[in-house]
Amino acid sequence: MNKEVANAEKAIEGIEDNMTLMLGGFGLCGIPENCINALANKSVTGLTCISNNAGVDDFGIGIMLKKKQVKKMISSYVGENEEFERQMLSGELEVDLIPQGTLATRCMASGYGIPAIYTPAGVGTEVAEGKEIRNFNGKEYLLEYAFEADFAIVKAWKGDTHGNLIFKDTARNFNPLMAMAGKITIAEVEELVPAGELDPNQIHTPGIFVNKIFQGTNYEKRIEQRTVSI
Amino acid sequence: MLDKYGIAKRIAKELKDGFYVNLGIGIPTLVANYVPEGIEVILQSENGLLGIGPFPTEDEVNADLINAGKQTITTTTGSSFFDSAMSFGMIRAGKVDLTVLGAMEVSENGDIANWKIPGKMVKGMGGAMDLVASASYIIVAMQHTSRDGASKLLKKCTLPITGLRCVDKIVTDLCLIDVTERGFELRELAPGVTVEEVIAKTEGRLIVEGDIPEMVLD
Repeated sequence: MNKEVANAEKAIEGIEDNMTLMLGGFGLCGIPENCINALANKSVTGLTCISNNAGVDDFGIGIMLKKKQVKKMISSYVGENEEFERQMLSGELEVDLIPQGTLATRCMASGYGIPAIYTPAGVGTEVAEGKEIRNFNGKEYLLEYAFEADFAIVKAWKGDTHGNLIFKDTARNFNPLMAMAGKITIAEVEELVPAGELDPNQIHTPGIFVNKIFQGTNYEKRIEQRTVSI
Repeated sequence: MLDKYGIAKRIAKELKDGFYVNLGIGIPTLVANYVPEGIEVILQSENGLLGIGPFPTEDEVNADLINAGKQTITTTTGSSFFDSAMSFGMIRAGKVDLTVLGAMEVSENGDIANWKIPGKMVKGMGGAMDLVASASYIIVAMQHTSRDGASKLLKKCTLPITGLRCVDKIVTDLCLIDVTERGFELRELAPGVTVEEVIAKTEGRLIVEGDIPEMVLD
């Protein structure tokens, strides 16, 4: 059950034009840096990317946006990226902004094999336009569908050759949800160990959800808002 | 009149021992600096943390540890990490006792608009729509009027709505208001502010009954 591949280039083999990808991370925290860089170096376009944010101009998904590889972004917040804003306003880039909890839960539903969920987020707003509304116990909820993604690309702290994953701090965020939701899931990790070395009690994502795993290199882990106490 | 620190200070007085609290970006974040002595509150960060601590020292900075505003932070004793679905699970299930967030507009029936200015600012709603749709107790921290002097407390919101009938309390630079079925009920005045000034700067239905006391901040 060895799922190890050599590197990001090997891991992203099979990603083709017009596919839908899930990419883990919140802001720049916990993003799959190696795979994003590898995708940016590959001639693949027309991608739909499901990711909470869209990186910044020169890092994260921002690099793929600059190379016009992304046709559509499905995100909850896309500030801090001028190129993104330019492409969105000019109509080059399709953008679906959805509430963060809805985004997370649509990933979750997909990973749990549930076709749709009801959530109160967005009732009475433009998010609700065209969606089925149902009343449960006097409160209104929107029907939201599970995502379908050809590939999910996640970043974990530690992993083993069976694909078991452990995340660190707030770099966990969307990663375990997306790991469960991809038709094919790629995990890049800071430290890859042989199966048996991780404590089974500490595993966040069981290896059954992961198809390919590799140890990433040169993690930059850029910080968006470096705030320190004096 | 209150500055942003004053608004945060007044809101902090609403905190109760044992509260789990979600603080939005901007003035709400400052509320953490004024937690009353002798009570314990735990701050929730929707990117997956219960127990937000102070900003780190240079040596403590950890790129894997940020708040929902993407600022580097630390954790407090007894903190825990979780994924984004669980985070919004605790929000939707009503486990978070208090949500404090900023707003561009609030209407007299408690609608809030804070995520989009068509044609100008389209960055997304982040977790705001989930929070306002489910939170049991919502306090809005904002300036009473916009930069051009227009009231932000309206009969009806003009900007795209974030959530309906959800705001419970508003603290502005001028006053504290409870949003009830009757409208904006004026409860307290900021130091140096008159009832007349609040009336003049509130477009929505303002209810003023009896003597309105001055806010106690310390």
